[in-house]
Amino acid sequence: MNAWLATRLSAGLFWSAVALILGYMTIPALVVLMTSVSPSELLEFPPSGFSLRWYERALTYPDFQGAFVNGLIVTAFASSLSLLIGSAFAYLVERYTFGGRVALEAILASPLIVPHFTTGFGFLLLGANLRIGQSYAVVVATHVLLTLPFVTRSVYVSLRNLDPALERAATNLGASPLQVLRRVTLPLLLPGMAGGWLVAAMLSLTEFTASLYVTAQRTQTLPVAMYTYVREYTDPTIAAISALLITFTTILMLIANRYLGLRRILAIDAH
Amino acid sequence: MIASARWRAAPARPRPFFLWLFLPSLAAALLFVAALCEVAQYAFRVFTPGSLEAGGFTLENFARLARPIYLSVLADTLLISLATALFTLLLSYPVAYAMVRAKSDFVRSLIMLLAVTPLFTGEIVRTYAWILVLGSNGFVNSVLKAAGLVNAPLTMLYTRFGVIVALVQFSMPVMIIILAAALAHVDRNCERAAANLGAGPAKVFRHVTLPLTLPGIVSGTVVIFAWTMSAFSTPQLVGGGKVLMISNLVYLQGLSSFNFPFAAVLSLLALAVAIGALGSMRPFVSRLERKAAVN
Repeated sequence: MNAWLATRLSAGLFWSAVALILGYMTIPALVVLMTSVSPSELLEFPPSGFSLRWYERALTYPDFQGAFVNGLIVTAFASSLSLLIGSAFAYLVERYTFGGRVALEAILASPLIVPHFTTGFGFLLLGANLRIGQSYAVVVATHVLLTLPFVTRSVYVSLRNLDPALERAATNLGASPLQVLRRVTLPLLLPGMAGGWLVAAMLSLTEFTASLYVTAQRTQTLPVAMYTYVREYTDPTIAAISALLITFTTILMLIANRYLGLRRILAIDAH
Repeated sequence: MIASARWRAAPARPRPFFLWLFLPSLAAALLFVAALCEVAQYAFRVFTPGSLEAGGFTLENFARLARPIYLSVLADTLLISLATALFTLLLSYPVAYAMVRAKSDFVRSLIMLLAVTPLFTGEIVRTYAWILVLGSNGFVNSVLKAAGLVNAPLTMLYTRFGVIVALVQFSMPVMIIILAAALAHVDRNCERAAANLGAGPAKVFRHVTLPLTLPGIVSGTVVIFAWTMSAFSTPQLVGGGKVLMISNLVYLQGLSSFNFPFAAVLSLLALAVAIGALGSMRPFVSRLERKAAVN
């Protein structure tokens, strides 16, 4: 009886601790949502009323509008290029041995380790030397390198889990290498590629530190514009944008979890 | 012998699309190396105040690192990163455990969603959120005041404490993902065997589960340490210029004073510490993995 009670008690304690920790992770987002509908310009808890004025200001502020469009352009190019290069590289690493493979793998994984400000600073200097400083090309290139490890990993895991017998069967039935790739390999890799692309797009859309170095007023992305705003004003406009981003991300995660499986995208079950 | 066999085997196995796959990857790698080489070469150049053009070659920039102010920023950076890594580990383990072991699918998905979504909302949103939570009129102070626990607001913004509180929340999704992967690979039969032999839940955890997840614990902690070393927006906004980390110095030197050479030296320093931390972990983790495999 005592042992049973002790087990129940420790289980209760464990789950309360988990709930508290998850609360700590979630409270900042809830506070943002609460602040975004506050009518006051100053911070106040609880809000003295309900107002959508900060949403109106956020959506009509020209810097945010421009930055949002810039961000979409950069993300569209960067995540798609990242998908192409990352998938090609994952296939290369999984299927072929060649000289310099280890070095190439190390270099393309290293943006995970290199501080984002070092990467951003490097691309700033490179862009300046090539006389294309702070153009879209430099911003896109930076984002491609930063997101490449995630796409590569996602596609690589899918390739490892692919049954090679399917490709051999297609070859034995007379399919050319290109036909095997198009009709068998690529369709089977599609979920892994979609997951990798989604992660790359999310990371590119929200990347801040490196973007601060490589963007100019003309090419700045949304996080950079938000940072500039936070430094100049204290009103809850940023709370409204943040609330929109949090809602968008949560919905996207729900959809991704439903159709692709977050555990698979994040490679939790992979070896 | 082996080499010559491979040499002969090579032409026999066709390598369709090799160049198509290889060239884009090579181009991306060269681009990244070129960007890092730019940083490295600027580190050795003479700074000309008021000009973006760097002069001849010098070691002066590296000597400047030894000044007490820079050493204290380096020490602060290491301290904050270490504290963040340890607290992140302590708070993430129970969540990862619950996420992998919860019996209901719904609970597992819910924990996953709550734990991982913050990773994708971006650092500016998360940093701004912490300003709202920690500020003197912020959420925590309002709650404490309403409860009658404090008269004057607590100072949490612009302190190391505030920076660490925010950094830990940032780092937890990544740590949880790493720990969950480690926990998902623990063979439950080992735990059942220990339980059948009479070990209570606490003993099973301490003598079976914990040692089996040690490689994940070590690599997660080191990854978060290296990650926090390069955190920028949190010390910048939550620290508000009062808590300086290397990243903030790079920004001040590079984008405010336009001292590219010294900013380059600081960038290389941060890179070296990150690589050093991850490199030192390698042999340790592989030893742990071997040990876990033997037991």
